[in-house]
Amino acid sequence: MSDISYVRTEMLAEQDPPATSVGAIGWMRANLFSGAFNSILTIVSLGLIYVVLSKILPWAFSPTWDATSLRECREIIAAAGGGGEHGGACWGVIRDRWVQLLFGFYPSELYWRPILAFVLLGVALAPVLFADHVPAKMMRFSMLYPFVMPWLLWGGSIWVPVGALLGFVIGYAVYSVVTNTMSGLLGIITGVIAAVVWWMFLTGGFSSILSGIAPLELDFVDSRSFGGMMLSLTIGVVAIGFSLPIGIVLALGRQSDLLIVKALCVGFIEFIRGVPLITLLFVASTLLNIFMPPGTNFDIIMRVIIMATLFASAYMAEVIRGGLAALPTGQYEGADSLGLNYWQAQRLVIMPQALKISIPGIVSTFIGLFKDTTLVSVIGLLDPLGLSNAIRADAAWNGIVWELYGFIALMFFVFCFGMSRYSMYLERKLQTGHK
Amino acid sequence: MKKSVLLGALTVAGLAAGAAAAGTLDDVKARGKLNCGVTVGLVGFAAPDANGNWEGFDVGICRAVAAAVLGDPQAVEFVPTTGKTRFTALASGEIDMLARNTTWTFSRDVDLKFTFVGVNYYDGQGFMVPAELGVSSAKELDEATVCIQTGTTTELNLADFFRANNIKYDPVPIETNAEAQQQYLAGACDVYTTDASGLAATRATFERPGDHVLLPEIISKEPLGPLVRHGDNQWGDVVRWSLNALISAEELGVTSANVAEMSAGTDNPEVNRLLGSEGNLGEMLGLSADWAKNAIMAGGNYGELFDNNIGENTSIGLARGLNAQWTEGGLLYSPPFR
Repeated sequence: MSDISYVRTEMLAEQDPPATSVGAIGWMRANLFSGAFNSILTIVSLGLIYVVLSKILPWAFSPTWDATSLRECREIIAAAGGGGEHGGACWGVIRDRWVQLLFGFYPSELYWRPILAFVLLGVALAPVLFADHVPAKMMRFSMLYPFVMPWLLWGGSIWVPVGALLGFVIGYAVYSVVTNTMSGLLGIITGVIAAVVWWMFLTGGFSSILSGIAPLELDFVDSRSFGGMMLSLTIGVVAIGFSLPIGIVLALGRQSDLLIVKALCVGFIEFIRGVPLITLLFVASTLLNIFMPPGTNFDIIMRVIIMATLFASAYMAEVIRGGLAALPTGQYEGADSLGLNYWQAQRLVIMPQALKISIPGIVSTFIGLFKDTTLVSVIGLLDPLGLSNAIRADAAWNGIVWELYGFIALMFFVFCFGMSRYSMYLERKLQTGHK
Repeated sequence: MKKSVLLGALTVAGLAAGAAAAGTLDDVKARGKLNCGVTVGLVGFAAPDANGNWEGFDVGICRAVAAAVLGDPQAVEFVPTTGKTRFTALASGEIDMLARNTTWTFSRDVDLKFTFVGVNYYDGQGFMVPAELGVSSAKELDEATVCIQTGTTTELNLADFFRANNIKYDPVPIETNAEAQQQYLAGACDVYTTDASGLAATRATFERPGDHVLLPEIISKEPLGPLVRHGDNQWGDVVRWSLNALISAEELGVTSANVAEMSAGTDNPEVNRLLGSEGNLGEMLGLSADWAKNAIMAGGNYGELFDNNIGENTSIGLARGLNAQWTEGGLLYSPPFR
């Protein structure tokens, strides 16, 4: 071995990467200053953010939480040195009215009922939304929830929702018996007739008799007492819950080979999509009143919920039809070749794929529907936006705008952002394709 | 559940159709509640407080009628109505009466088939300008930009006024009063025009109300009053005379404080007839003898309602002006209780 070597025989110790390519500096070089143009954009954006925040923050951090009127807010702000250059926010209105913005005119001693209803909503949704993490038996509660929620919100005798539930039980029992003894079609028809007869003629007697025997009642709360975020959530949740199944049925009907079914579905979808929601709400609030016999009292919230549901269903049907259209014909043919009948093929092969494709569209429709619930303020229902107007009509708070709208926007953002994040989670979970 | 409620509602609808033939008065008595249409919120006239109790000048009329009919000023279901839904709500029977600062006009009375039972507030359209503009009359507003609520009579009145005076203006259309306040304060328009009561209420919310002046011109007549449906004269009489009772009570010096004492009987026969210690006016209306006493106890007489909700001691600070009693140079003039 000579002493002269041309190559290293031992490895150098690892060195840290240059300081300019790691850590905060590296991140900034890579993401913020990766070229002259990007650097300029970064500086301009930072400047803009600074300008906006320097105006908003002094306004927002204003010690007016305890004020009881706009006048008092102004005194506090003046005493504290005038706030920012645009004065200061008057947060007293939020402290004074946040409960009203959440619950409307719901009797305060009964607030536990809507709270419980929406907590249970979470429980009922868990097996639907997070099927992997929740025992499947929870699904039974989810099935019962549509009967529990109206009872908790509106109150009245427990036997009314029980009677309504029994209608389904009776319908299903008749359907099973007739299907087993005679034909399936006859089973469906008799089952529906039995349930309808029960609801139309027997439920009333049933619930009044049982109320006489075992009066399990919650105080009745009139629909007029509903308001604020609770009203938006009630309309939104019910309409969302019903619009998805109705939308699926409409989408399938539109693709059906049965002429009448197809014509009905196309007609419904195109009619509803051709009309603005606000028109439907006016129909619900005023036109229905004129058509129905005078003195009729058909619950206003129920009318609005029906209209919102129909509206969302039509859009949902088209979103799902998009998913159906995106499936290759091979999937339909594959299902047929396995000998599956129509409903089996839909349930096992087509719908799981079509719905997965449609998730972003479905969730957008949900979010849109939820935000559309604020339109009910034009027909005089006091949702958060309607209430903001009513609150301004209090002489103490007249003249306040941004604080109320900001608070309402925050509440809506929480729900819409939650829905949006869930849809992204679901897409990742169901991701089976090739990236 | 939904379906059963729907079907149930339809069934009830069928049953109710038969009952609806009876008069509104009987309906209200049977229901035990008065359905009264109010605005979704107008300062001083109707607004819910933090606990959801409605307060205001129009609300006071509703409570007085409820007290007269049912003996309980709290037996009112307030139905918030917007400018677009108010008339159909009344026509369809969703509400029994409308007390929503609604202007009494020919076409509403005749064509829409409502009966205005009286006037509870004489309003008129006015102008507000910043004091620094140095304008002292609306006729000096040539080439001004004017903030105006769209779709209201104020828009038409404004066009009429400027055309009659042969001056030009530049309208800035806005949707709500809150928006108007913002636009006006931000300087998007030189002038804000709406009903004078609304202008006063708006100005009261400004940080420096003294920087803005209301011009002397009132360019329209806006008699605001409660209304009921055509065709049910008995109910119309009940609402009309409940309002008249409040007005007469002020004229006769009957207040919520002394009504209990005066109802025992006084030297003034008209007070006695009003409060039911003489004659049978209540019976003629189909109400109890102490109907007017209950109406006055609900929120006081007309003057008390005015002072507590929109008068000079409130932040709105409206003077009585046209709304003073006829004996004091105003227009309030109740027919006699005889």
